[in-house]
Amino acid sequence: MSRNWKTICQLNDIPAQGARVLKRDDGDDIAIFRTIDDQVFALVDKCPHKGGPLSQGIVSGRTVTCPLHNWNIDLATGEACAPDEGCSGHIPVKLEAGAIFLALD
Amino acid sequence: MKKLKLVMVGNGMAGVRTLEELLKLTPELYDITVFGAEPYANYNRILLSPVLTGEQTLPEIMLNDVDWYAEHGITLHLGKEVVEIDRGRRIVRAADGTTAEYDRLLLATGSNPFILPVPGKELDGVVTFRDIHDVNTMIDAAAKHRHAVVIGGGLLGLEAANGLAARGMKVTVVHLGEWLLDRQLDRTAAAMLQDTLQERGLSFLLQKQTAELVAGSSGRVASVRFKDGEEVPADLVVMAVGIRPNFSLAEQSGIYCDRGIVVNDFMQTFDPRVYAVGECVSHRGVSYGLVAPLFDMAKVVANHLANFGIARYVPAATSTKLKVTGVDLFSAGNFMGGDGHEEITLSDPVGGIYKKLIVKDDKLVGACLYGDTADGGWYFRLIREGHAIHEMREQLMLGEGAIGDVGHAGQNRAMGMSDDAEVCGCNGVCKGSIVKAIQEKGLFTVDEVKKHTKAASSCGSCTGLVEQILINCVGGAADVKPKSEKAICGCTDLNHGQVRQAIREQHLTSLADTFAALDWRSVDGCSSCRPAINYYLISSWPGEAKDDPQSRFINERVHANIQKDGTYSVIPRMWGGVTNPSELRRIADVADKYDIPMVKVTGGQRIDLLGVKKEDLPKVWADLDMPSGHAYGKSLRTVKTCVGSEFCRFGTQDSTQMGIDLEHDLFGMWSPAKVKLAVSGCPRNCSEAGIKDVGIIGVDSGWELYIGGNGGIKTEVAEFLCKVKTHDEVMVYSGAFLQLYREEAFYLERTVHYLHRVGMEYIKQRVLADEAGRNELYARLKFALSFEQDPWAERTKGGVARHEFEALSIETVTA
Ligand code: SRM
Ligand SMILES: Cc1cc2nc3c(=O)[nH]c(=O)nc-3n(C[C@H](O)[C@H](O)[C@H](O)COP(=O)(O)OP(=O)(O)OC[C@H]3O[C@@H](n4cnc5c(N)ncnc54)[C@H](O)[C@@H]3O)c2cc1C
Ligand code: SF4
Ligand code: FES
Repeated sequence: MSRNWKTICQLNDIPAQGARVLKRDDGDDIAIFRTIDDQVFALVDKCPHKGGPLSQGIVSGRTVTCPLHNWNIDLATGEACAPDEGCSGHIPVKLEAGAIFLALD
Repeated sequence: MKKLKLVMVGNGMAGVRTLEELLKLTPELYDITVFGAEPYANYNRILLSPVLTGEQTLPEIMLNDVDWYAEHGITLHLGKEVVEIDRGRRIVRAADGTTAEYDRLLLATGSNPFILPVPGKELDGVVTFRDIHDVNTMIDAAAKHRHAVVIGGGLLGLEAANGLAARGMKVTVVHLGEWLLDRQLDRTAAAMLQDTLQERGLSFLLQKQTAELVAGSSGRVASVRFKDGEEVPADLVVMAVGIRPNFSLAEQSGIYCDRGIVVNDFMQTFDPRVYAVGECVSHRGVSYGLVAPLFDMAKVVANHLANFGIARYVPAATSTKLKVTGVDLFSAGNFMGGDGHEEITLSDPVGGIYKKLIVKDDKLVGACLYGDTADGGWYFRLIREGHAIHEMREQLMLGEGAIGDVGHAGQNRAMGMSDDAEVCGCNGVCKGSIVKAIQEKGLFTVDEVKKHTKAASSCGSCTGLVEQILINCVGGAADVKPKSEKAICGCTDLNHGQVRQAIREQHLTSLADTFAALDWRSVDGCSSCRPAINYYLISSWPGEAKDDPQSRFINERVHANIQKDGTYSVIPRMWGGVTNPSELRRIADVADKYDIPMVKVTGGQRIDLLGVKKEDLPKVWADLDMPSGHAYGKSLRTVKTCVGSEFCRFGTQDSTQMGIDLEHDLFGMWSPAKVKLAVSGCPRNCSEAGIKDVGIIGVDSGWELYIGGNGGIKTEVAEFLCKVKTHDEVMVYSGAFLQLYREEAFYLERTVHYLHRVGMEYIKQRVLADEAGRNELYARLKFALSFEQDPWAERTKGGVARHEFEALSIETVTA
């Protein structure tokens, strides 16, 4: 299946260990994260706990800590780290020549 | 690099804990081989008591199953007793001939129960209480036989007796001493305990010396005969008369032993390749039989095996608890007293309550509680932290609740709480779930409980209660430490003080340098350590260390307070709580223009605009044209004032102007935790200066300064620091104290907790007695503040952190 990749922004539009939000009219907001070693991940911007905006959290290693009650969410899978349970959906993302693409349906 | 070979002999609680600590530090350094004489993986020996009573089962008390060893690549030899160590060739050999070579050897052979040297000691039906095999034998005997005799009226003996009685046996406890638990209790308390246990059907024979175990016709033990000729029937005899460190293997292989394997402070034996840990050890002449000190040793050994080489084992007070359901007994530290010790006792034999506290040199050094152990955790903390107690001496006996604690922290009622009672109000965790997690997951520290249940992981006000529950569940094994000794987080073993010191001494100015210099376990830390270290960096090296916004909590990154729905609140600064029509008009206009759902007067004498959309923040700030109130930061918050001498008929000083001046003087001050001030114009104290981090009260002849007040989770009254005459002195003395706090407090430690940690005498030394030092402190504060600007003004001008406020959208960015 070929994916519908859309350019979203440049890597440098997101600070390392940071995130930005992609606002969508037709769906949940998406949080795009950049780790310290320039890996890029995208999650639905909604914590599985009480919907906190993950894009506002602290990014360390491959997790983000939700700003509301400190759940840790794995950036690659969107799964909450143990002992918490739950998942924010993750969105396929790729980085090519400094540009970030998302596969949106 | 070729891996080094580590062999561990003895697969018990101390040894395996050492491996866990080691794997956290360096998972790759060693090929590990473990020999265990028992045929089981690592289990929680402490919980053999509830297994004996039937309250828990064996699978429930496993700490590490065989899969755990496999997952970590550890070669595990179960049921193999090591019988020889060839230190020349560095090989160990088990009884069945299995061998293993080592570069480092770790001895963790535990201890052996002491067996009375009496005739009949080897008869069938005579057991000790040490391992799974013993427990199975007892459970088996209880099913088939009627009479049990437990020799030894100590903790272990009573737990064995209680378990056998629960399984239907008729149990007699035989004890050589004059009263039960003669190492934990005095005669009064012991008599109360004995009554309770007798009511439950146990019998006791005190001051009895066992002479012989007599066999019956089947060859199995049938009775116990005493020196005085008396005899009692016994189909099962449990010897619980003490333990002896198990060092025979070490001794045979020529390692120096003296009633235990002798180790130095690094847990190293006389052979530098060989370490020892656990009950088998003799450290400075002392052997330990409780897990808390053994777990401390485990950390030290791991640190040295990982080649970090900086940990030392320092003995700390321990606590014990009798694990008999329905009997509350707790003792900690030196509960026996002695020369130069004072005793405070409370004895209520009818109510079944007995408490003894031992005080030495104005410090609590020991506690023994019977009947009401609710305050055990609190006493234990006082003992370990070595607090001076003169101020609370009168209330000490009444417990933490009597110190006027309004929050959960003092609500030490863990024992009496029902399982569905809520412990953590923030995360909705009840007592039952915490107890279950502690038992099922084998937890020993509050941090582990936090991780597994979320209790105490938010506002932290229930930490004391969680600590209590932990102590109630696992007794002395609970690893409760004051914050000053705890590691910052899982990324390091260093505590806040050590990290601060390293940053200063090694002149570290960035997070990356700090992580590298201090061997952080993770590449870029975590959400606990990064904000702390960022603060330590900028406060140690102002103007030099660069603030890292990505290591700050969202509120401090966007200079507003995040709300539950992801919007923000905006609290502009109103110097000293004073405003004017033009500001109020602008606030009103902004609220209209940006559809702000709520405008509220705060408890800090200013106005809050709640529910602002993030992208509107810079525009709201620009339109308000007022500086940030920093209501979101670990920083200077408010300086509350009263009307003072300008208007009030009682006012002696211009408190309003003083407040405004202080707020300007301290504007932009980042601090370990939030800082609030207040200035009142007379002792009626309408601005509530008595519960502020720095409170100032005007009197006829000048100003009184109070420090370390807190109106939050646990209300604390500020303590009197000094009285000064002039306006400038107020600035310098307040500023010097706050700078000292900024330089020395741990991250998230408010002034009251810092003050309690270092003591008022110390603050007086630094701020009052030493004039040059005071001026230098104040100068360093001013230097640090010279780099601070109004964060809102910086951001409204654009440039700074635009990415924080502008969302991406598919249309705008594809271009
Ligand atoms: C807005 C305000 C309540 C109000 O409507 O009046 C408020 C709101 C919050 N307080 Fe407060 N506190 C407010 C005055 C107080 C006061 C009263 C005062 O300052 O005189 C206290 C007790 C005094 C003190 O701190 O000693 C107070 C003690 C706390 C505490 C407990 C602190 C402690 O050390 O015990 C917390 C929790 C914390 O900081 O961890 C807290 C935390 C909070 C937080 C920031 C919760 C959070 O972490 O998100 C609240 C933000 C709500 C929001 O969504 O915006 N708030 N809070 C007050 C703002 C004052 C201001 O103008 O800056
Ligand atoms: C019933 C009971 C209740 C207890 N309750 C508490 C309590 O409430 N609180 C508390 O703090 N402590 C309690 N303790 C004490 C606590 O369990 C011990 O302090 C702790 O388990 C000691 O750990 P260790 O690793 O030193 O020894 P162990 O856990 O005994 O481990 C040593 C292991 O080494 C093995 N071994 C010995 N020699 C060899 C060899 N040559 N080759 C191979 N293997 C060998 C042994 O078989 C054993 O498995 C209790 C103990 C018991 C028995
Ligand atoms: S404003 Fe303060 S007291 Fe009120 S709910 Fe929030 S933290 Fe609790
Ligand atoms: S909403 Fe994310 S932790 Fe609560």
